[in-house]
Amino acid sequence: MDNWTFGVTMVVVGMGGTILTLWILSLLMSILSKAFPYRKEEEGK
Amino acid sequence: MLDAIGSGLNGLIAGFANLHWSNPIMIVVGCVLLYLGIKKDFEPLLLVPIGFGCILVNIPLTGMMEEEGFLKIIYDAGIMTELFPLLIFVGIGAMTDFGPLLENPKIFMLGAAGQFGIFLTLALALVLGFPQKDAVAIGIIGACDGPTAIYVTSKYAPHLLGAVSVAAYSYMSLVPVIQPPIMKFLTTEEERKINMGMVKKSVSKTTKILFPLVVTVIGGLIAPRGLPLLGTIMLGNLMKESGAVSRLTKASENEIANIVTLLLGISIGATMDGRVFLKPETLIVLALGFLAICLDTACGVLFGKLMKVMTGGKVNPLIGAAGISAYPMSARVVQREGQKYNPKNYLLMHAMGANTGGQVGSVMAAAVMLSVLKGMGII
Repeated sequence: MDNWTFGVTMVVVGMGGTILTLWILSLLMSILSKAFPYRKEEEGK
Repeated sequence: MLDAIGSGLNGLIAGFANLHWSNPIMIVVGCVLLYLGIKKDFEPLLLVPIGFGCILVNIPLTGMMEEEGFLKIIYDAGIMTELFPLLIFVGIGAMTDFGPLLENPKIFMLGAAGQFGIFLTLALALVLGFPQKDAVAIGIIGACDGPTAIYVTSKYAPHLLGAVSVAAYSYMSLVPVIQPPIMKFLTTEEERKINMGMVKKSVSKTTKILFPLVVTVIGGLIAPRGLPLLGTIMLGNLMKESGAVSRLTKASENEIANIVTLLLGISIGATMDGRVFLKPETLIVLALGFLAICLDTACGVLFGKLMKVMTGGKVNPLIGAAGISAYPMSARVVQREGQKYNPKNYLLMHAMGANTGGQVGSVMAAAVMLSVLKGMGII
């Protein structure tokens, strides 16, 4: 594979893949935070 | 008789006779690394063993890096197998509190933006004529994460391991020097003064336990080639948050991390033979590594400005600079810089969230990179 194709693919797919994955994780963690909210009784455990 | 005496004496001067011109220079380099680690407190846990390993390997005829030499045994056992960086990652996961990140999951995006320098530097390395795998290893310095850089480089460009490791650890410790000018250049005084208030919400223990599981499974499915990195840091974190295996957690963050750090450092230093290390490309690698971290900071701050616009001015763009993996140093830099312009501003916990997001982001970026490389058939 030539360097131009390799570089563009890595930049676009690499950066895009990283953003997309972390966005998915942030959504999932928001859902989990709402599904399992913090309770004061947990303090001190 | 005289011949025997002569041969014996030869054995005592052979070390001096076989010195290559690069060896004394690298011994001085090793001493500089020791000075930075001991006197200046620049990542001493790594720079001291790396510096000493560098000195050892540049004394000729010791056999330490030949077959059955003690440094070669450690190098083959821990670096070539990628075991050492992964074991350190278990300890790092056990030492990290992802609570500030989980309190505001949107901060994950700053962790993503803070990794753009990796890919931009990779592209620049290609333009400068580096082979593709070498460019990957150079770009990964921008992950600002020693174990990740060592893991990728030892696998795909082991001849660059010394340069990449020294760059990664040295620049990580220079974050308080590198980041502030970039932060100031890219933000206005009004932006730096934005007060984000205190982080009030808390996160349930269940969420903290599910976090490493979710990241491992989802991250692993998206980028399977990076699962060793992702899985080990999340294992450490799961052990910490579960509270059920405190002995293992304590061992991971203390005994295991310390022993592996020593062996990792000395075996990285052992790759810094002058004949291999002292080439023009080493200087270029060091320069590109520096650029990677600058680009990470710039992209993080710019993304912080975008978040400021999207939230109607609630986000201080300075916290974008903490979206790199230099934890917790970068968060402290953001706190200090924020308070310079607004002494009532307490950005630390927000920056900690971005910083831990950067930790996950750097591992995820490496995982994505490796999986894309696999998909393209490069590895």
